Amino acid sequence: MATGDEAVRPLGATAARPRATFADREGLLAPLFLLPAIVYIIALVAVPFLLALGFAFSDVTAGDPSFDWVGLANFEAIFDDPVFWRSLRNTLVFTVIAMVLIVVLAKALAMILIADFRFKRLIRFFVLLPWTTPIALAAVAWLWMLDSIYSPINWVLRSLGLLEDNLYWLGKDNLAMASVIAVHVWRIVPLAAVIIMAGLISIPDDINDAAEIDGAGFWRRLWEITIPLNLPVIAVATLFGAILTFTDMTVVYILTRGGPENATQVLPSYAFFKGIGGGDLAQGAAIALFLFPLLLAATIAVLRSVRKMETF
Amino acid sequence: MADTALPVADRGYVERARRQGRVRAGLGRVAVYLLAIVAALVAAAPFIWGTITAFKHDADLYNAQNNPFVFNLEPTGQHVTFLFDETQFLTFAANTLWIGLLVVAITLAVGLPAAYSLARLNMPWAGPLGIAIFFVYLIPPTLLFISLTRVVAILGLQDSAWSLVVIYPTITIPVSVWLLMGFLKAIPRDIEEQAMVDGYSRLQAFVRVVIPLALPGIVAVVVFAFTLTAHEFIYALAFISPSASKTISIGVPTELIRGDVFFWQSLQAAAILVAVPIAFVFNLLLERFITGFTMGAVKG
Repeated sequence: MATGDEAVRPLGATAARPRATFADREGLLAPLFLLPAIVYIIALVAVPFLLALGFAFSDVTAGDPSFDWVGLANFEAIFDDPVFWRSLRNTLVFTVIAMVLIVVLAKALAMILIADFRFKRLIRFFVLLPWTTPIALAAVAWLWMLDSIYSPINWVLRSLGLLEDNLYWLGKDNLAMASVIAVHVWRIVPLAAVIIMAGLISIPDDINDAAEIDGAGFWRRLWEITIPLNLPVIAVATLFGAILTFTDMTVVYILTRGGPENATQVLPSYAFFKGIGGGDLAQGAAIALFLFPLLLAATIAVLRSVRKMETF
Repeated sequence: MADTALPVADRGYVERARRQGRVRAGLGRVAVYLLAIVAALVAAAPFIWGTITAFKHDADLYNAQNNPFVFNLEPTGQHVTFLFDETQFLTFAANTLWIGLLVVAITLAVGLPAAYSLARLNMPWAGPLGIAIFFVYLIPPTLLFISLTRVVAILGLQDSAWSLVVIYPTITIPVSVWLLMGFLKAIPRDIEEQAMVDGYSRLQAFVRVVIPLALPGIVAVVVFAFTLTAHEFIYALAFISPSASKTISIGVPTELIRGDVFFWQSLQAAAILVAVPIAFVFNLLLERFITGFTMGAVKG
């Protein structure tokens, strides 16, 4: 198993060490070192996942924890529930719009951050704030930013004469959805930009320099060199952002609680309100399970772009 | 390639091109500064507004006609003192701290050997296993929190902060193993081999040589893992209801918002007090995070 290493080690070294105890046997040490991590993940990720699958086919509630098989009854109930369809649709709309915005803005932000200028550290500090702040607290800050009466955004718009009455950022269907998406994009873009930045740094300077000397302008270089070479990294950053977006319920929970009238309800928040709020663990689990196909698709996409990245 | 493309003979052309380039670069610099400032303002907007809010009197704040960005009345610190004296903010902060530190300890104890095993011990399947562990990070709490409430109940940890100590490593271990793999791969193999030639066993080489060398990376992982626990919301919200056991993440939004009464100034003060130190430490270590993440993907 450890042939590569054995071959490197000079023969005399083995002789110098009198006892080759288990502390030296890589074949034993390697799995032993890995075991705790694997056990932890199996016990508290894999088992709960299977348990969640089981819940979805049972009648478990918070009040009556006994497990009875009910087949597809939960799914039938969910499919008859208009709020579920609304949440599913919202989740998809939300993810697609957020993804597009994240790619464009993160790419732009990465190119700004990579440029040389003074006060770079200070700018970087501010730009990374959305991502480093605990989501719940950032959402609380936004809740105040988007207040129906005292929102400073409304005040600015009013002062500029662009607005007669206040905008109810979180009170109107489309506006609430837009606000939730905006907060998500605001939060994820710095992370995506940092990932893309790492990719940008890895593009050798001479490729760009050569193209510049050949007369390629900024946009031409952007479209024909930077973006193609950077594509796998951009893909990874985007999908990461997408997963973090569509599986999160914190922003919705704090900003709107899914309201008004479920206009911003997404699968994770609906699963939470049903499962923990309403105590119907079985239905909550069944709703959350609908995240899985989305998640699987995203994961496969990430894997494929990672493989592409390794080959080039 | 570049040489052949450059028109050599025409000096005037070269001069002109150079001047044009300089003007364009100058414009480019202005654009970069402008964009950088806009990006910083957008990113920091809620925090800037929050900082102003935190020091305002009620009479100043709750007057829709007042310019919200200036102090129409003298600034006051009373809402910040309220946060410390009249709310459980310090309890939440203490909870976040000790839970985070224990989780970091568990993460390192489990993650370091695993990362070493994957990065160095020539295991078959090490590559795919590493990626598999990383993908566990992408399994969202939203998929697991309902069944985990049952697991927590079976363990007898409902409403106890200890439930978070047990569950949070499932979030931190996968990322940390990936990061640590990156840092361990960056250490030259010769150094360990030399240590083993000098009579250390593999285990001793790991503990006495590799770990000290990986220390900068380990510090980065400690910060990253701690931040992840401080960020977590769903598990804490689902598992814990007594306010004395809450973390900052759930304590501030659930306890400082009482029904329809919002302590806006104190809420904003709380957000800033947590956001700024975390952002500061993160910025110090940003380069190291990037190295760790990208090195993890490099074949050792």
